[in-house]
Amino acid sequence: MNVFDHWALSGVIFVPILGAILLGFVPRAQETAQKSVALLISLVTGGLMVGILARFDYNATDKLQFVTDRRWIDVIHSRYHVGVDGIALPLLALSVFITIACIIYSWDHFPEPHNPKAFLMLLLVLETGMNGTFCAEDLILFFVFFELVLLPMYFMIGVWGGPNRQYAAIKFFLFTLFGSALMILGFLALFFKGGNTFDIPTLVHNGSAIARSTQVLIFAGLFMGFAIKVPMFPFHTWLPDAHTEAPTVGSVILAAVLLKLGTYGFIRIALPVLPYAARRWAPWIGLLAVIGIIYGALGSLAQRDLKRLVAFSSVAHMGFVMLGISTLTSFGLNAAIFGMVAHGLITGMLFFLAGSIAERFNTREISRLGGLLVQAPRLGWILGFCAMASLGLPGLAGFWGEFPAILSAYQPAQGLNIALFRAFMVVAAVGTVLAAGYLLWMYQRTAFGEPSAEFAAIHVHDVHVPEWIAWTPLLLGIVAFGVYPHALFHVTDGAVHGVTAVFTSRAS
Amino acid sequence: MLLNEFLFLGALLFCTGVYGVLARKNGVLVLMSVELILNAVNINLIAFGAFRDTIAGQVFALFVIAIAAAEVGVGLAIVLLIYRNRRSIDLTDVDLMKG
Amino acid sequence: MFFLDNAWLTWALPASAFVVILFFGRRLPGKGAEIGIAAVGGSFVLSCAAAAQWIGRGTIGEGEERVRGAVDHTLYTWFSNGQVKVPLGIHVDGLTVMMLLVVTLVSLLVQVYSTAYMHGDRRYTYFYAALALFTASMLVLVTSSTTIFLLLGWEGVGLCSFMLIGHWWEEKDNSDAALKAFFTTRLGDAGMLIGIIILFFANGQSFDIARLNRAALSGGIDHTVLVVGAVALFMGVIGKSAQFPLHTWLPDAMAGPTPVSALIHAATMVVAGVYLVARCYGVFWAAFRVGHHPAWHGISYVAVIGAITIVIAAALAFVQDDIKKVLAYSTVSQLGYMVMALGVGAWTGGIFHLFTHAFFKACLFLGAGSVSHSGSHHSFDMKKDMGGLWRAMPITHATFVIASLALAGIFPLAGFWSKDDILLTAGKNGYNAFMVVGLVGAFMTAAYMARTVYLTFYGEHRGGHHGGQHSAAGHAVDAPHESPLAITVPLVVLAAFSVVAGWLNGFGVHWFAEWTRNEVVVQAHVPEYKFSAPTAALSMAVAVAGIGVGLLYYLRHAFGPLHRATERSSLARAGYRFLLNKYYLDVLYTDIIVGSIKGAIARGAYWVNQRVIDGAVNAVGIGARALARFTYEVVDQKVVDGLVNGTGASAEGGGSVLRRLQTGRVQQYAAFLFGAGAIGALALVLYANQGAR
Repeated sequence: MNVFDHWALSGVIFVPILGAILLGFVPRAQETAQKSVALLISLVTGGLMVGILARFDYNATDKLQFVTDRRWIDVIHSRYHVGVDGIALPLLALSVFITIACIIYSWDHFPEPHNPKAFLMLLLVLETGMNGTFCAEDLILFFVFFELVLLPMYFMIGVWGGPNRQYAAIKFFLFTLFGSALMILGFLALFFKGGNTFDIPTLVHNGSAIARSTQVLIFAGLFMGFAIKVPMFPFHTWLPDAHTEAPTVGSVILAAVLLKLGTYGFIRIALPVLPYAARRWAPWIGLLAVIGIIYGALGSLAQRDLKRLVAFSSVAHMGFVMLGISTLTSFGLNAAIFGMVAHGLITGMLFFLAGSIAERFNTREISRLGGLLVQAPRLGWILGFCAMASLGLPGLAGFWGEFPAILSAYQPAQGLNIALFRAFMVVAAVGTVLAAGYLLWMYQRTAFGEPSAEFAAIHVHDVHVPEWIAWTPLLLGIVAFGVYPHALFHVTDGAVHGVTAVFTSRAS
Repeated sequence: MLLNEFLFLGALLFCTGVYGVLARKNGVLVLMSVELILNAVNINLIAFGAFRDTIAGQVFALFVIAIAAAEVGVGLAIVLLIYRNRRSIDLTDVDLMKG
Repeated sequence: MFFLDNAWLTWALPASAFVVILFFGRRLPGKGAEIGIAAVGGSFVLSCAAAAQWIGRGTIGEGEERVRGAVDHTLYTWFSNGQVKVPLGIHVDGLTVMMLLVVTLVSLLVQVYSTAYMHGDRRYTYFYAALALFTASMLVLVTSSTTIFLLLGWEGVGLCSFMLIGHWWEEKDNSDAALKAFFTTRLGDAGMLIGIIILFFANGQSFDIARLNRAALSGGIDHTVLVVGAVALFMGVIGKSAQFPLHTWLPDAMAGPTPVSALIHAATMVVAGVYLVARCYGVFWAAFRVGHHPAWHGISYVAVIGAITIVIAAALAFVQDDIKKVLAYSTVSQLGYMVMALGVGAWTGGIFHLFTHAFFKACLFLGAGSVSHSGSHHSFDMKKDMGGLWRAMPITHATFVIASLALAGIFPLAGFWSKDDILLTAGKNGYNAFMVVGLVGAFMTAAYMARTVYLTFYGEHRGGHHGGQHSAAGHAVDAPHESPLAITVPLVVLAAFSVVAGWLNGFGVHWFAEWTRNEVVVQAHVPEYKFSAPTAALSMAVAVAGIGVGLLYYLRHAFGPLHRATERSSLARAGYRFLLNKYYLDVLYTDIIVGSIKGAIARGAYWVNQRVIDGAVNAVGIGARALARFTYEVVDQKVVDGLVNGTGASAEGGGSVLRRLQTGRVQQYAAFLFGAGAIGALALVLYANQGAR
């Protein structure tokens, strides 16, 4: 253990927020300086992350690494306890690298009312919140970071958003806050029932001793907090509005990282701490997940707005993730984490593309678009590539989130209703067909054919340089993880088995 | 012991000073009147000090003199600035602080 | 055994060619075509070397059990979950080697052909990139050792098929066809996904196909599970190999360029389903109890689907005017043959037909392309733009006729031997009904091919009448002429194979059967039968009768009453219309099912979302706001704020009084000060006096 191991994680968490403060001192007029500072900060964070990835012990992914455990709030026995294991590591990396891509992308894409300084500051604060959530090993710390994310996103939607931004921002804020309120109740209950501690590893140890009826109730509270964030059917309605109104970068962060906070919460806290309740709730989670898969797909089919379509497809994709989680098996959880990363890359890309298309044509109305491949062939091909990845083509990352999730439903953890989960499996498989339907139909209407008369005359700029720089790593990631899924599975596998051991060992 | 005479002198000086402060329009004259008031007080202090046979009266008087010097310095500076800004030291014109 | 162990090179080569063409193709002198041809040529050479090594490989076992051992080679761990490690590996046996040869050879010829056919196309480079990716995916599919890696190739070829059908995506019809193809096969793939999953667990958490076959045949898998898994897996086959009832995408797929139709939609991709059944034969054999013993006979779902497909597709081929559509339905029908063959236990017959069919059907498609390229002004309409072309296009004509005869099953061409093998085995295995269906299919095939050849090459030339008026205005219309070498050479090569490919398993030799035998076939004791003259004579007679009837009907206008039957009999008209509308399946799928999902159901779901769920959310919001307004306006504003406002108002009132005092005049302040001092002093004096008293 050297100094780096002790402080790298805290660096990844707090460098962005310190950077945001630093950014506050850059004069308002010097936009290039602001952008450079923000980029530099995110790159420093990225550098630390690369260091963590390099020094991470991949043979002990079930152990927390880079741990820092200090006194924080003695009076409630809350400690500053952070660390990463194989589950948190990919998500942390995703968060860090997506933020860099967002800053690069927004280089000359700042939405109205411009003001890059405030925008970038919010972005960096957001990063601190996200990174912190993925590292926190203490419930209060987790909660603080979890909530820290809300505010910047609220402002991002509310200030830089579309015409209906106020409604969307408030809906997003209140919905998630409502979930958080129930979640903190759950946390407090865990504190009192689980041995006066907020420490997650300790609670994992003590949790199964909590009375079973109490477990089920506490799980309900946690479920609300996480399920709204995911979002699961029927708590998803904030998502399409938030995505439609949010600026491009906001949508990307929202889809790529924020939604994962919810699913991550399930895997990190709800499942291991309350195994009995998890088993009781699993069929319901599975049910809502498959409803979400079909429902999100149908919702996508009905959309006329490009961004809203992608938003609904998120509901479907997160349904696969939640289906994987609900099986409580190692296959399912591995698939869920893979699905989160894949969804982060693919849907992040799709939102980037939707933003870029909307910027070029000043509309997101699918019926008004068409012939993108004629006017901006590269943009069109990238859209096609991402659509293919999103519908789960083997060889691209999306497949490895879907297929093992469906697979795991065939044989859920002991004690779960096998017939029920097999029905879920069939429904989820049908969902993959619908996914092909809405994505290809969208692609046909936007990219194929001749440009519509309305836009035939305008000159459309193909992919810009900042777009290339921001997108290339994501596109490479989609291919790399698709061709060589072991790269991700071997990181998560050990940690996932640590979580699922309790579900495979004994039935109850 | 001549106490009352000193007190009369002080009262006279004080009243002159009050009159000057309230009635004159010239800022410098108002300041001089303030000096008169302070010196009236000084006379009283010293008179009472001598009467009670303590040194405290004289000590206080010395303090008052010192502070009065400072006060006059600041006051004259203000008056000077008012003059510079308005080419006049008529105090009835200076009502910037009107609420 | 270098070439067998490293058969993965065959797909690695075109895969890298794909990347190179994609990024650098435009800048190369040949626009990327040379890279594609070189890579596929390399793959072909590797495949030939692998075939040579395979044939030279020593056998194990004796007599019936004699077989060449398959070569397994693991490249790396693809992913793992606890103890379950999924390797990315190849499995090479006779079946694989045969597929390697077919795929690389046809790919190579098609790519050469395309240099002329696609010359000057707006997306020439992209076309070659997609072809390279297709070849790579197809080779992945045939070399894979696991179902999951097979699925990668399977979806990869589907993607390429999508890209290439929609090659000219500016027209909506083409992109519609591409979407339909992808979507229909994807529907089957959903079933296949489930099949793979079921068999994964049945197989002790392994995707390995060889192990799966062993387990299925040795009874290690519960029969019910096996049946469900096989049916689910077969759904993928139905989609990919265009079997009834998901065959409707294949005729539409003819919207793509003709070389694509030849390669993907005739010779290789569509046989992937057949290959899958042959590869996982242990599963289907055990699940449907395909076997020679009559007591074993269950209903062979596979054979039934195949048989239905043969007949319904062949019937549709009669009413098409578009030569490519005729060939497409013919392909569907022939795929039905292969599937039925596998369903009745004719393993060798099925894959042998796959082998021969690839050559003559590719030849037919490329011939049709050649006709449209040089003879009919890029039209595929036999009735409007063709006819009498045999004189102008001798090579195309000769190769087309040879391939047609091979398809019809005329001795001694390739189709005869493979078809005969299927019919023979069906009969000997006791599936007499299926043998009859096969004979009916053979008759229909011969007859519609006679019609096609006649309409295309004989009779009067009907083309050129669009151009007729223009020629007077000075625009010289190209007369039909022979195609360039790049087109005719592949035609000749394929025609040659259409003749000789059958001899590998004809004239008393059984090389093909021996070379392709694998461990599954041996373990399942799939029976092999020697050539039988009566059956051969029967099938030959049926084929000749088919050609004869077809020619008589179209050439000599024989069977008078049947001509214009549609004008006289409403029943005949209805039947004709039923065929023209392809049994109304497209209406059912496109308009009713997809239309309702896309339209009513999706919109309904969205309506529910916006009105019900979101409505509930908004109602909560509105209710909360109403409550808040009540709290605010009544409780807060009137009661609580009343008190607060009272304080505020009094402070304000006092302030407005007091502000009068603040005049800003120093002397007034001083007056107040002294006044107050005076009053204070007075009060002090009075108080002191009071105290003194």
